Amino acid sequence: MSLPSILIQLLNGLASASSLFLVSAGLSLIFGVTRIVNFAHGSLYMLGLYGAYSLIEALGRTPLGFWSAVILAALVVGLVGVAIEVLVLRRIYRAPELFQLLATFAVVLVIKDVALFAWGPEDLVGPRAPGFGSVEILGKRIPAYDLLLIAIGPVVLGVMRLLLKRTRWGALVRAATQDREMVGALGVDQARLFTSVFFVGAVLAGLGGALQIPREPANLDLDLAVIADAFVVTVVGGLGSLGGAFLAAILIALAKAFCIGIGTVHLFGTEIVFSKLTLVVEFVIMGVVLVLRPYGLRGKKPATPRTSGEIAPALTSPRWQVAACWMVLFLVVPLLGDRYVVVLLTDIACFALFAASLHFIMGPAGMVSFGHAAYFGLGAYAAALLFKRAGLPMEAALLLAPFCAGLFAVVYGWFCVRLSGVYLAMLTLAFAQISWSIVFQWDSFTDGSNGIVGIWPSAWLSDKSVYYYMTLALCGIGIVFLWRVLFSPFGYVLRAGRDSPLRAEALGIDVRSFQWAAFVLAGMLAGLAGAAFAFSKGSISPSSVSIGQSTDGLVMVLLGGVETLTGPVVGAALFTWLRDELARDTQSWRAVLGLVILLIVLLFPQGLVGGLKALIGRWREARA
Amino acid sequence: MLTRNHLFTGAAALVALSLGGPAGAQEPIKIGELNSYKVFSAFLEPYKKGWEMAVEEINASGGVLGRKIEIVSRDDNGNPGDAVRAAEELLSSQKVAFLIGTFPSNVGLAVADFAKQRKTLFIAAEPLTDKIVWEAGNAYTFRLRTSTYMQTAMLIADAVKLNKKRWAIVYPNYEYGQSATAAFKKLLSAKQPGVEFVTEQAPPLGKIDAGAVAQALADAKPEAIFSSLFGADLAKFVREGQQRGVFKGVEVFNLLAGEPEYLDPLKEEAPEGWYVTGYPWSEIKTPEHAKFLAAYQAKYKDYPRLGSVVGYSTVMSAVAAIKKTGSLDQYKLITAMSGLQHMTPFGNVTYRALDHQSTMGAYVGRIAVKDGKGYMKDWRFVDGKDALPSDEEVRKMRPAN
Repeated sequence: MSLPSILIQLLNGLASASSLFLVSAGLSLIFGVTRIVNFAHGSLYMLGLYGAYSLIEALGRTPLGFWSAVILAALVVGLVGVAIEVLVLRRIYRAPELFQLLATFAVVLVIKDVALFAWGPEDLVGPRAPGFGSVEILGKRIPAYDLLLIAIGPVVLGVMRLLLKRTRWGALVRAATQDREMVGALGVDQARLFTSVFFVGAVLAGLGGALQIPREPANLDLDLAVIADAFVVTVVGGLGSLGGAFLAAILIALAKAFCIGIGTVHLFGTEIVFSKLTLVVEFVIMGVVLVLRPYGLRGKKPATPRTSGEIAPALTSPRWQVAACWMVLFLVVPLLGDRYVVVLLTDIACFALFAASLHFIMGPAGMVSFGHAAYFGLGAYAAALLFKRAGLPMEAALLLAPFCAGLFAVVYGWFCVRLSGVYLAMLTLAFAQISWSIVFQWDSFTDGSNGIVGIWPSAWLSDKSVYYYMTLALCGIGIVFLWRVLFSPFGYVLRAGRDSPLRAEALGIDVRSFQWAAFVLAGMLAGLAGAAFAFSKGSISPSSVSIGQSTDGLVMVLLGGVETLTGPVVGAALFTWLRDELARDTQSWRAVLGLVILLIVLLFPQGLVGGLKALIGRWREARA
Repeated sequence: MLTRNHLFTGAAALVALSLGGPAGAQEPIKIGELNSYKVFSAFLEPYKKGWEMAVEEINASGGVLGRKIEIVSRDDNGNPGDAVRAAEELLSSQKVAFLIGTFPSNVGLAVADFAKQRKTLFIAAEPLTDKIVWEAGNAYTFRLRTSTYMQTAMLIADAVKLNKKRWAIVYPNYEYGQSATAAFKKLLSAKQPGVEFVTEQAPPLGKIDAGAVAQALADAKPEAIFSSLFGADLAKFVREGQQRGVFKGVEVFNLLAGEPEYLDPLKEEAPEGWYVTGYPWSEIKTPEHAKFLAAYQAKYKDYPRLGSVVGYSTVMSAVAAIKKTGSLDQYKLITAMSGLQHMTPFGNVTYRALDHQSTMGAYVGRIAVKDGKGYMKDWRFVDGKDALPSDEEVRKMRPAN
């Protein structure tokens, strides 16, 4: 790369960093104060772009029209943010941690379909910024608008700093970020504070989107494309730190620009295509940063939470009479239903084990994973590769696959258990994405983006019912084993480590090692679920390792109730069945699915099983 | 009371049931369709309109084998796992005769393999991947659309004519972009020895960093660029490239960029002079296309996109196969599909017995702008059969059935 090229790529990186920073700043602010992982933040960004497009069309492609459209769009998105907070999130602040993530996930689904309905499926290319041409720097032309974007980032950072440092609102936000309960105890109206924070956060997301209109067509894939980037930036920068987010945005955008700029390099006779690394470079950076600096570049170690918070209720195992009823039902259904019911039940069995294994580390062990699909997908790939490449019999591949997934869990887990909270969750996501990109790009070994086809079960299992019974047995044993472990000393140690790490350490328990072991166990069983899933489909593709698969797992666990034992299994069954049922005959199935989840969220803030348990408990009390 | 009449009807019904043949005039023939409607909606909404119109036409003209046809459609969420489950549901619960549809390569390949396992006909409508008929081809899978290799091959003649030495390449980093790039490099190097590929950029699908990519291409000082970007990536690349003067004095070839789905959003910024494959719908005057166009515009008050043609033609292929077979027996159906010929808005197509690829052609031309809209000028139609490798090569790639 020549010097001018380096400079231009530097400017490119800085321009991309600006919008990334705006979105992440909003996310960081919202998380800092409300502890909500706002999955819908990318949707707000997307709405900003669509809104700006429509407003510019309405107001005219003049400088005045353009800039009023950008600002108006940001404000409108701010109001959407307020609506989400007031209508949905406010009602579930008392729910278990992370439950709000489920609500925001539902909001994503709804907004996506609303946008499709309102703006149609075609990409909408907005106008160039009026009055901004190209400028020449060192003999190379770049859009003048990029220079403006480069300036906007620091300006917004400065304004936000002023707001936070110099106003009463800012003081409250900083106080709430540090100690939410104390702020409440001092008589500050939390509801209003949260709403205002949501407004500001959403405005920032909307502004970030609206400002992109000259650079990016409004399209329906933006929400999920942006949210992952924004999470990464927020975490790399350190949660709640705007300066950190700014730094991280620049770091990541520059890294991407230079990967592209460097292009293909020949090193020691091998060809390295740097431009392909753009797929994963941000996750590699996040992984490295989190391993070296567990709280991000500028984040601080969160204050040790007071134990006054409600401790999760003790787990109760299902009564054997109830379990037996279910078992009989599962065994009999294939005899009554048609072939398809069996296929659907096979999927449900696989996902139930997947969700149960996620719940195992997420609930009792207190380690939330945003990247659990890694073990599901790697298990599936291991099974496929052992079967196709190593030529093992299908049964052997199926049974060995969990150990391969477990090996990855050993490595990834070693790093992950060193962190806690959202940082841990994001490190699991980083590992999952790195795994995904390797699977996605290693054509000669994993067949790349196409995935591996032709992995069908052996002849004796080729009948769908027989395969179902086998899956039911394998996954059932897996689930029961996980449940059993939770009531063993090992399980109690995990819960002790979650509820009071200090006391557990004082008792001489090496919490980290136990967490590591739990991580590996969960990884193995997720791998088993993945392997069983792969053979039931006859093919496996990178989407089984993707963020989408991880999110599905989270949704299942939260839907059923993270504080119950059977919740994840019920959640897996309900989610899989609902999606299948809705996608079949409903045009806007995504929106309907989102609304159904929202309804469940609002009616049962403890998850479905948790809510039902509470209901039954109340009914018993009333009778007594 | 049981009359003779009742007995007769009952017997007829029994016969009809056991034969599953033309006698059951009331029962429509069900065909299972699955696609990623929500994930690739820009292409697939027009596609859906296309097949809905085909179904309407067929049924208005009395259906096929004396029965109406019915498409049972499912959304596969762009995910092979969901697609295989949906396919299973279509076959087991809906009892469809066979399967059609799919868009992304990975879903197409997964369903193709499923069709092989279930010994069921599958007409892949959209997936462009070469593998579905070659390396991973099977006896039960047929593919309608002009493949990546074919579309690339169609552009080669123009590329060779320009005789440019330094080429830069940009493609979305997944199967379609990778195989387009591989095919282009192979074909061009064969026709023009000494050609140099100076740089390669592989941005992730839907997430191109357009400014940086355009700059990196320009830095390599290419004389020509081969791109297989589409959708939002294409729009971003075009805008950044134009603002940075990357395309000045550089010839650009871009697969698919002439398709209304991807060309129309660019409006007045459509890059003039680019060599593209696409669909100049307003200028095609063949009777078969004129008929299709008139019917489509009358029904939807909108112009067709390429997806509409694909959707329409896929159902026409399915119906032609049933007509030729005279029954719904899978073995007879796939036998009929091999070498099946029928009419589409793009003229006659043949499903080659050799590799189950249809000879559907594509339009090749250059982008121009008129009245603030991009369109294809100097276009020509290239028959699919002229853009395929030799039979010998195909046989080498495709496993024996």
